[in-house]
Amino acid sequence: MTERAQLLIELADDELILGWRNSEWTGIAPFLEEDVAFSSIAQNEIGHARALYELAARELDTDADALAFDRKPEEYRCAPLVQLRFVPDWARTIARHVLYETADAIRIEHLKEHEDAALAGVAAKIEREEVYHRLHAEMWLDRLGREARYTEAVEELWPYALGVLAPELRPALAERVDRPEVDAVERHAPGEEFAELWNEMTMVRRSAPVGAQW
Amino acid sequence: MVTEVAVWEALAEIPDPEIPVISLVDLGVVKDVAVDGDRVRIEFTPTFMGCPALDAMRTQMEEAVTALGGEPQVDVLLDDSWSTDKITPAGREKLREAGFAPPAPRAEGAPTLLQLQKAVHRCPYCNSAATRLDNIFGPTPCRSLRYCTSCRQPFEQFKTI
Repeated sequence: MTERAQLLIELADDELILGWRNSEWTGIAPFLEEDVAFSSIAQNEIGHARALYELAARELDTDADALAFDRKPEEYRCAPLVQLRFVPDWARTIARHVLYETADAIRIEHLKEHEDAALAGVAAKIEREEVYHRLHAEMWLDRLGREARYTEAVEELWPYALGVLAPELRPALAERVDRPEVDAVERHAPGEEFAELWNEMTMVRRSAPVGAQW
Repeated sequence: MVTEVAVWEALAEIPDPEIPVISLVDLGVVKDVAVDGDRVRIEFTPTFMGCPALDAMRTQMEEAVTALGGEPQVDVLLDDSWSTDKITPAGREKLREAGFAPPAPRAEGAPTLLQLQKAVHRCPYCNSAATRLDNIFGPTPCRSLRYCTSCRQPFEQFKTI
């Protein structure tokens, strides 16, 4: 697999799995407006994953659905930050939201300058929607930023947030959130918590013969 | 013989699957039409990336070309060629008439929290500027929720992207 396809799949896996985790709040968020917000953010993230898988699929001669759902759990490349299951912990959910969106903004800014026009183009398109995720995160940071449960969650998740980015982009994240750079939790073969998610996420697709038309 | 003009006219008759008051041409998702004999190539630039209506739009464009006797090829662009500034002035007016506040111009830059909370967003029903942001997000990726304190009407605001 080329470096380009690998990069696209890492990004797509992050967006798909975070979208999935965000969607776990559908119907059970602490109040209705947040139910709408997290569901909508989840939908956007999964839409971004679809476009990124599509670009990878054109190169790998497969399709976006196959990349999203037909790989084995150990083949996913998503960052550990997005794999963690937080329901019903709102403080950690918001801490991840703020950290991920901040990291993702740095990654997208970088990708927009990519020499590959297709990659730069999809990054610019994704950025138009991500702006709203950051505004939402900003509102929550303003509300919870000084609460102990929130600051403890940020402390816990900080090494994971660094692991979302390639090493050369990490100093920018440390500067933006004003925290010292520490050892990151790197991308590695997904663990038990991811296996459960994968099992549920691919269950319907696996229930039908390969190549079934839906 | 299919002509480009006939294709554009046919596409202008296709309603947006989710906001049927405006057509796909009003929405600005048809970037280009090229006719070569019977073959009709449409460059389709999608709106919001998670929008479930994208497949329906594509199918309807293919059907419209087939009805004209052409062979459709709809290419989905994954680049940054669509923004809410691509919605035509006529499309904006139709949105407003349907109670759907059209997007603010993007040309002024990416939206900020201050802009969403403090800038003038007029109510599509009574035209009052006394409206507040209730939720950045709404029932579909393209909408925010606002409330008009003059006519006490909640309304949907097309997000600027």
